[in-house]
Amino acid sequence: MERWLNFLEVNASRILELTVDHAILVTLAIVVALAIGIPLGIYLTTNEYLAGVVLQVASITLTIPSIALFGVMIPIFSLIGQGIGFLPAFVALVLYAQLPIIRNTYTAIKNVNPEMRDAAIGMGMKTHQRLWRVEIPNALPVIMAGIRTAVVLNIGIAVIAAYIGAGGLGVLITQGISRGDNYLIISGSIAVAILAIIADAFLLMIQKFFTNKGYSQVTAER
Amino acid sequence: MISFKHVTKAYNEENIAVNDVDFTVEQGKIVVLLGPSGCGKTTLLRMVNRLESITDGEIIINGENSMDLDAIELRRKIGYVIQSNGLFPNMTIEENVMLVPDLLGWSKKEKRERFTYLMKLSGLDPEEYGKRFPYQLSGGQQQRIGVVRALAADPPVMLMDEPFGALDPIIREKIQDEFLQIQREVKKTILFVSHDIDEAIKMADKIVLLRDGEIMQFDTPSEMLAHPKNEFVSQFFGKDRAIKSLSLHTVKDLQGIIGLGEVDDSIQDTKTINVHQDLRNTLSMLMNQEADQVIVTDDEGERIGSITIDLVQKYLHFEIKGKLSVSQEG
Ligand SMILES: Nc1ncnc2c1ncn2[C@@H]1O[C@H](COP(=O)(O)OP(=O)(O)OP(=O)(O)O)[C@@H](O)[C@H]1O
Ligand SMILES: [Mg+2]
Repeated sequence: MERWLNFLEVNASRILELTVDHAILVTLAIVVALAIGIPLGIYLTTNEYLAGVVLQVASITLTIPSIALFGVMIPIFSLIGQGIGFLPAFVALVLYAQLPIIRNTYTAIKNVNPEMRDAAIGMGMKTHQRLWRVEIPNALPVIMAGIRTAVVLNIGIAVIAAYIGAGGLGVLITQGISRGDNYLIISGSIAVAILAIIADAFLLMIQKFFTNKGYSQVTAER
Repeated sequence: MISFKHVTKAYNEENIAVNDVDFTVEQGKIVVLLGPSGCGKTTLLRMVNRLESITDGEIIINGENSMDLDAIELRRKIGYVIQSNGLFPNMTIEENVMLVPDLLGWSKKEKRERFTYLMKLSGLDPEEYGKRFPYQLSGGQQQRIGVVRALAADPPVMLMDEPFGALDPIIREKIQDEFLQIQREVKKTILFVSHDIDEAIKMADKIVLLRDGEIMQFDTPSEMLAHPKNEFVSQFFGKDRAIKSLSLHTVKDLQGIIGLGEVDDSIQDTKTINVHQDLRNTLSMLMNQEADQVIVTDDEGERIGSITIDLVQKYLHFEIKGKLSVSQEG
């Protein structure tokens, strides 16, 4: 136990630094993934055929083992001299985050009660009014669930990014493995877990804040 | 005023939901679309606010062809009430009710005043209910809000698709009465869908009875009960249509034609009934009690006579059966 505390004392600032790197990588990837995924998910509700194709492609992306996807990124990004480091890791994470975000946005909007949509049209709302005032608010809990899945998923996958030199908490774990240092491995893993738990709790808080009583009740009934 | 001019709707070649329908809803009147499930009532209604396209013919709303109007503007000028779940769960009651005024760009003050007025109409306290969400209201209250929301921007025309369908019979009758009360004040032109015969008789100035997308008869409720045009109509209203038609007549009507009986003071525990009560309710009251007479009172509560099953029967015979037999001869 004493050795453990000793270890932490020596390495605390480094662990913290890597945690921040990790969080920044994931946050940037999620922000970009949201900027692409949410509008795309909404658009797909108006185009059945494209929806099938895009959701299929996104599902396939998610089944590619992360180490393999990072591997594929290296030769591609080598072409622009960015073979290892932040950029390929960032792009891979954006891809992984797409499926939960697009799929949840698409299904949430699709599943808005058709009678409610009908009432909205019948009362004379234009398409964008219907989207902003009725469909998105009522789809929000499901969309948020997709975002939370994507964030937790990305925090885990970003660990692997250390192998292609993108930094983050994966560095502790890979070093620990190569040096046979259990303290490094364990503290890296725990830090990842804590980061994921905090991120999820934070998002849940945001969700509660933006969800008024009306639809928090609706989701409770589902 | 809404005029249907030879309106036809075909979803595809075999599926003709509405066939050559032609009738008019006069200004300030309620026309009820009645008929068995799948006869095309909802389709007909939804063609008015262009939620469904019109295959053939035209619909004229207050002098303008519906197809010449902008769909969005048209819809904002038509109050629309749907059966259930029409309220938006993410909005408060006030936001729900004031939705169309909001879309039309009313000021805060105008909206506030209108909301207070409408809530008073519906008998719900604006302060207490305005900030609630739909799930915090009972089914009956939600239904009232649905109706009030359709009235919000004071549209001349209302479309109501089984608005009271999801309610239990007692609440339904109460809300029907309230609605008729409101209608006396606001005098909207209303197209109302129902598959409940009693509701249609009660609410309608005129009924459109449909079968497989075609009009079987377009008439006032009493005419339709007394002179069914064909086998389908008389079957639809059933063998008890004479009794059903009793709900169109009041104790006062009976008093005017054959007069009330004496009050027999020797009989104990007789119930009393208001002279404006309809004869159908009077009859069921008579049949559900021991004594064979009910005391009739006027609006001041004065006893003005009594009524018995015999009297109702006599009235039925002269007033209603008389008409029925004429139709069978004709
Ligand atoms: N979108 C649609 N596509 C194809 N057919 C339809 C569509 N909507 C309705 N129909 C058909 O049109 C006919 C009339 O339907 P409609 O909904 O108008 O009946 P309704 O009189 O309102 O019945 P209910 O009392 O059950 O509500 C039915 O045969 C129905 O199957
Ligand atoms: Mg219907």
